[in-house]
Order: sequence, then structure tokens, then C-alpha cells
Amino acid sequence: MDLDKIRRNERTQAVLGLLFGIAFGFLLQKGAVTRYDVIMGQLLLTDFTVVKVMATAVLTAMIGLYLLRSRGLAERHIRAPSIGSNVIGGLIFGAGFGLLGYCPGTVAGAVGQGSLDALFGGVPGLLIGAGVFAVAYPALSRRILSRGGVKPQTLPEFLHVREETAIVLAAIAIVVALSGLELLGF
Amino acid sequence: MFGYFGLETWSPYLAGVGIGILVCLAFLISDRPIGCSTAFLKASGMIGKIFRRRQVEAMEYYRLFAPRLDWQFMIVPGIVIGAFLSAVLSGTFLFAWVPGLWEASFGGDPVPRVAAALAGGILLGIGARWAGGCTSGHGISGTAQLSVASVLSAACFFAGGIATAIVLVHLAG
Repeated sequence: MDLDKIRRNERTQAVLGLLFGIAFGFLLQKGAVTRYDVIMGQLLLTDFTVVKVMATAVLTAMIGLYLLRSRGLAERHIRAPSIGSNVIGGLIFGAGFGLLGYCPGTVAGAVGQGSLDALFGGVPGLLIGAGVFAVAYPALSRRILSRGGVKPQTLPEFLHVREETAIVLAAIAIVVALSGLELLGF
Repeated sequence: MFGYFGLETWSPYLAGVGIGILVCLAFLISDRPIGCSTAFLKASGMIGKIFRRRQVEAMEYYRLFAPRLDWQFMIVPGIVIGAFLSAVLSGTFLFAWVPGLWEASFGGDPVPRVAAALAGGILLGIGARWAGGCTSGHGISGTAQLSVASVLSAACFFAGGIATAIVLVHLAG
């Protein structure tokens, strides 16, 4: 099996994108995070399902991706951090997240389970928002997006520790946080 | 009837492990993280091309993210299908305009709910592209790589989301 050939074949990749989506949508719906009530419960800090799903996914992928990369089977895909992009964009996203009660992935999952507010409100809104950003991009990229650039690209660089150390620390933090949530009865 | 696939929900930890494995497979087979907001950008470009093909194709951002039916687009129709299968297998598929928690605060009229969802969707679309990713791209795939950009973005997604949700609850009284 030639991995590079599969990765470069556009038609295969388009089919794979659909299959990854089907598996992802299935898991999101089974994890209950395609429900407005569960996501809003998370933002109101009364239901921690979203954090549990995300933290477990991060823990699994963090270890899996490290093993794949150390064997040369995966590349790192990260973006350069900046206050102008990540903080401002993140806060605009957050305002939308709280108002819509779904995110771009879970809104699609909500459509699949029959939520009509996602289909007739969230999806057209996302299409308009992404289109508006595309129009504004040339002006934003020059003036705002790269403002306040942050030098370290990864947490190990930021903390001046080895990657393995950062992974172990992050894994411990996730396990402690999740155990704490269970102990507190969430 | 369908065993485990027919259950209404799974443990969030099981769903999380499954998603984590899926992210690893995406890096292995497709050499990319799992992200969803690019699909909406591509779809907006494809819709735009119906009306003004040349202008849209000439736009800088659509040259970076070509509006095509590729991996990054197909993931979102896939999510709709996957969630539909999950809901149908557990017998929980249901057409609903207003979620329970919204109805408890603002009543069962679909118009205000759809209006809020539309406004929220617009902000979400702008914010996701502004930050360069969403809850899956930054929140899971990027954070799992210990990316500073992703951890910063994910923290702001939740800070903004929590603040907005609290304001919304206070508006409802």
C-alpha cells in the first residue's frame, strides 16, 4: 500500500473526506454533542459532556499523532499563532457559538438528526459568514490577522520543555481534570 | 435491535476516543487534520460562482481555498449522513424547530430561534475563518498537536461562548 499515492489521489481523497465525515458525524451524534441543550449546558457550565468528549479526543489524538509522527507516518499541521487571528477570531467565534448553540461540525450533525434551527438558521448563517470573511480577507490579512504574532508555535517551545515532557504533562492534566469533574458529580 | 449502534447515546469518553482515533487516521491516510469550517467557505464560494463566476474565482481567499468538491468540502455532507444514521438507528431522529433549553427561556416560536441561529451562524462563520479553524480543527486536531494557535483559539471559543450564553440567560430573565 503506497501511502503517498493515496494521499495525492484527489478522487480517493474526496471519497475519504465523505467517509471521515460519516464516522465523525456518527460519533458526534452518539456523544450527544449535536444537541443544542448539551452544548448550551456546557457554555452555562451545567453539563460537561462537550469537555469530556473533546478532552478525551485530544488525549487520544495527542498520543496517537506523536506515535505516528515519530515513525514518520504523519506530518505536523499547525498554524502560526497571533493575537489578531486567534484571539479576535476566537472571540467572534465564541459569540456565534453561544448564540447558535452549535459549532461548524455539530451544526451539520444537528441537521442530520432533524434540528431545523440548524438547517434553516445555522447553516445559511455559516455560509454567509464564511463568504463575508472571504470578501474582507485582503484587508484583514494586511491589517489585523498577523498582528501580535506569537513566536513559539507549540506548547513545548513555549514552555521550553521536550515534546515528550509536554505530552506527559498535558495527559496528566486532562486525566486529573476529567477525574475531578466525575468526583464533583458532573 | 442494532445492539450498540442502536443506543441513544454512548459514554462521552467512548465517543471521544473514537474521534481521537479518527483524527489519527485522517493524518495517516489523508495527511490533514479534521476540520469543518473550510467546507462552509468552499460552499459559499460555489454558491457565489453560480452568480459571478469570474469575480469569485479571482478573489484572494478563494484562491487559497478553491471552492471544489474535495476532502475538506465532503466532510460536512458526511457529518450530516453520519449523524442521520446514528439518530435513525437509535430511533431518535426528530424534526424540531426549537430546542428544549431555548423554549424554556424564550418560548416555542420558531422565528426568534431561527433568527438567533442565523445571526449566530454568521458570527461563527466569520470567527472560524478569522481564527483559521473551528472546534474540531483548532479544538481537537490542533490542540492534540500542542499548537499554540489552537490552544489560544479554543480558549477564546469557550470564553466568548460562555460570556454570550450567560448574557442570553440574563436577557431571558
